[in-house]
Amino acid sequence: MKVAYWPGCVSRGFTPELHGSMEKVAPLLDIELVPLDRACCTGAGVIAEHSQELADSLNARTFALAQQVAGADLMMNICSTCQGAQGECQERLDASAEYRAHINENLAPEGLEYQAGIANKNFLWVLVEEIGLDNLKSMVKRPLTDLRVGPFYGCYIVRPTDRLGINAENPRDTYLEQVIETLGGTTVEYAGSQKCCGFPVITMNKQASLKQAGTHLADAQDADADCLVTPCPLCHLNLDLQQPLAGPVVGRSLQMPVLHLPQLVGLALGLSPKELGLNKHVVKPTAVVDWSTSVVGAVGAGAGGW
Amino acid sequence: MAEFKLKLRRYNPETGEAPYWQEHTVELEPHRSVLEAILQAKNNEDGSIGVRCSCKAAICGSCGVRVNGKPGLACHTHLDAALASAKDGETIVVEPMGNMPVIKDLIVDMDAVHWKKIQRVTPWLVNREPVPEREYIVPRESMVDVTQSMACIQCGACVSDCLSMEVDPLFIGPAALAKSYRFVGDPRDDMQQVRLKDLSEDPHGIYDCTHCFKCIEACPKGVAPMSQIMRLRRIAGNDHHIVDRNNGDRHERAFVSLIRDHGLLWEAELLPRSYGGDSWFGKFHPHAGKELLSSLPAITKALLRGKVTPMGALKPHDIPAKDLEQVQRIYKTVEEREERVEFNLYISGKDEDLLPSSTATEEASA
Ligand code: SF4
Ligand code: SF4
Ligand code: FES
Repeated sequence: MKVAYWPGCVSRGFTPELHGSMEKVAPLLDIELVPLDRACCTGAGVIAEHSQELADSLNARTFALAQQVAGADLMMNICSTCQGAQGECQERLDASAEYRAHINENLAPEGLEYQAGIANKNFLWVLVEEIGLDNLKSMVKRPLTDLRVGPFYGCYIVRPTDRLGINAENPRDTYLEQVIETLGGTTVEYAGSQKCCGFPVITMNKQASLKQAGTHLADAQDADADCLVTPCPLCHLNLDLQQPLAGPVVGRSLQMPVLHLPQLVGLALGLSPKELGLNKHVVKPTAVVDWSTSVVGAVGAGAGGW
Repeated sequence: MAEFKLKLRRYNPETGEAPYWQEHTVELEPHRSVLEAILQAKNNEDGSIGVRCSCKAAICGSCGVRVNGKPGLACHTHLDAALASAKDGETIVVEPMGNMPVIKDLIVDMDAVHWKKIQRVTPWLVNREPVPEREYIVPRESMVDVTQSMACIQCGACVSDCLSMEVDPLFIGPAALAKSYRFVGDPRDDMQQVRLKDLSEDPHGIYDCTHCFKCIEACPKGVAPMSQIMRLRRIAGNDHHIVDRNNGDRHERAFVSLIRDHGLLWEAELLPRSYGGDSWFGKFHPHAGKELLSSLPAITKALLRGKVTPMGALKPHDIPAKDLEQVQRIYKTVEEREERVEFNLYISGKDEDLLPSSTATEEASA
C-alpha cells in the first residue's frame, strides 16, 4: 500500500531512530512511504492552545498536501501526538462546511484546498486495520518469544475516544497489546499504560512531569516488564531521555528500555537491533538485546556490535 | 429482566480494616442504571452499602463513581453498557472515584478536594462598576460562549481521574478551572485580569495541566474542562500579556515562533527558550543555564549514546524555503486578524446533526 507519510518533527530531531526504523520496516510490510516534506509541524496541541485558527490552517495545509499524493490510500503518522493534534483540527474542519471554507481561504493563495474526510492513521492503526494481524503474523521471522512488553500509548491516541474513533468495532485502545501478542511477545499489564508520560509539563512543573514518568516506569518494572513500547516519540523523550532524572524523583533505580513501535515490529521481522537504532537510546535495551542476540545467533544474522 | 453481576469496593476507614470486594447479583431491565443495581443490592442484601444519590436523572451530580475503571454518574450508566465494558465480560465493577479520600464505600470526600478547589477560584461574579441601574446588557454570543462551562453539575468525575492531580494534589484541577472560565468569559465580571494573573502565576494553576484529555473523557455533561483551560491560557497570554513564572507563556510563545521560523520543531532551542525567553538569546538567560545544568545527566547520556549529535542538535530542521514562506504567510494572515476566529463544536454542532434524520440515513446508505 502507498501512504502519504507524515513523520513529525521529533522523529527527525531528538528521536531520529524512530523515523529511521520506520523507513527500514516499511518495505518489509509492503508499505510505500511518500514523505510529506513540505508540511510543517502539527503544533502538538501547543499552537492550538495559542490560536485555533492557526493550528487548523497549518494542519489543513498538510491534509491538502497529502490529498495531492497520487495513488495514496491514506495519510500515515508515527506519533500519537501528531495523530491527536491533527485529529482535533480535522474534527472541526470536517464538522462544518462554512468553517472549512474559511480555513481553506487561508490556503487559497497557493492553490491548496482541503476536502473533508481524509483518512489519517497512526502506524499502529495501519498495522491492525490495513495490514491485518494475521498477515503481520505470517511475516514474523523472529517471534518475540519470552519478551515481556509493557504497552505505553500516549494520551493523544486514546482520548477522547469518540474523536479517535475508538469503539467496539475498532478497539484502538487495545491494539498495542494485540500487536505485541501477534509478534509473539507477552503483554505486561501495569497501571500506567494509558496514562500521561508527563512530557507536556516538563518545562512548567518538572517535578510533576518526572514523577509521572518515574511512576509508570517503576510500575512496569515491578510487573517484570523487559521493556516498554510506545507509538509516541514525545512519550519516548520523557520515558527514555529523562529516565536518569525520573528515577531519583520517585526514589527508585530505574532500568527500563523503551522501544518505538516500528523498532519492536522490526525486531520481529528480523532486523538487527543496530539497524533499528536501538543503540541510540539513553537506557540501554540490554534485556531486549540479550534476548534478540541469542535468537539472532540461532538464525545466523549478526547482532552488529552488541 | 436480566441478571447482572455487581462487584462493589467496600471500605470503612473508621473500622481500621482494609478495603475488600463484595459481589451481588441483581435482577433488572438492561436499560436500568448502575445506580438502581447498587440500590437493589443495598435494599435486598446489605443495607450497609454506602452510596450517595439524589435525583437519579443526571442532574444533581451526587452519584459519581468509577464503573469498570472509568469515572461517571452511576444513574447515567445503563447496565447493558456497563456490562459491555466489563473487563471479564460479566462482572460490573464499581469503585469510589479517585483523587479524593473515601468516607465510606462509594462515597468520597468532595469537601476535602473538589469543593475546596472550587472555592479557590472565587466562584462568583464580581460586578463590573458602575453597576447599571437595571440589568447589564451583554451580547448574546458572549453568554453562549460560557454555556459549556455552565453545564457543569459538580459531580467530580473529572477530578477523579485528573492525571496532574494524581502527581500534584495541589493542582487546582479541571472542574475548578472550568468554573473560572465561566467568569473570565463573562463580560460582566470585573476581575478577569486578576483571575488570569493569579491562575497563571500559581505553580498549580493553568500551566500545571498535563493535557491528558482525561477530564474531557470523564465529563458526563460535555464541559471539556481541558478545552476551557486552554482558552484561559490563550486569553492570559494573547490578550492580557501575562508572562508567568512557570514558563507557561514563554513555552507557548517559543514553540509557536520556532514553527513560524523553521516549519518544524527545533527541540534544542525550545527548552532553553522556554526558561529564558523567546529569542535565540533565551538560552543565555540565567534561568535557562540553571535548567540546562540540572538536565545535564540526561543530556550527557544522550550525547554518549549518539542519540543527539552536537551538530544535529545545534542545527535547526527546516522545510523547503518556498513552503516556509507559505507557512509564514498563513501565520501573518491569522495573526493580523482583529478578532480571534474560534469554532466550538459544543456550541455549533456538526453539519450532519442539522440534517433532518431521513436525509442523514439516505446519505449514509447512498
Ligand atoms: S487535561 Fe489537565 S485538567 Fe484535564 S484531567 Fe488532564 S491534567 Fe487534569
Ligand atoms: S466538569 Fe464535568 S465531570 Fe467535572 S465536575 Fe463538572 S460535570 Fe462533573
Ligand atoms: S443521582 Fe443525581 S446525578 Fe446521579
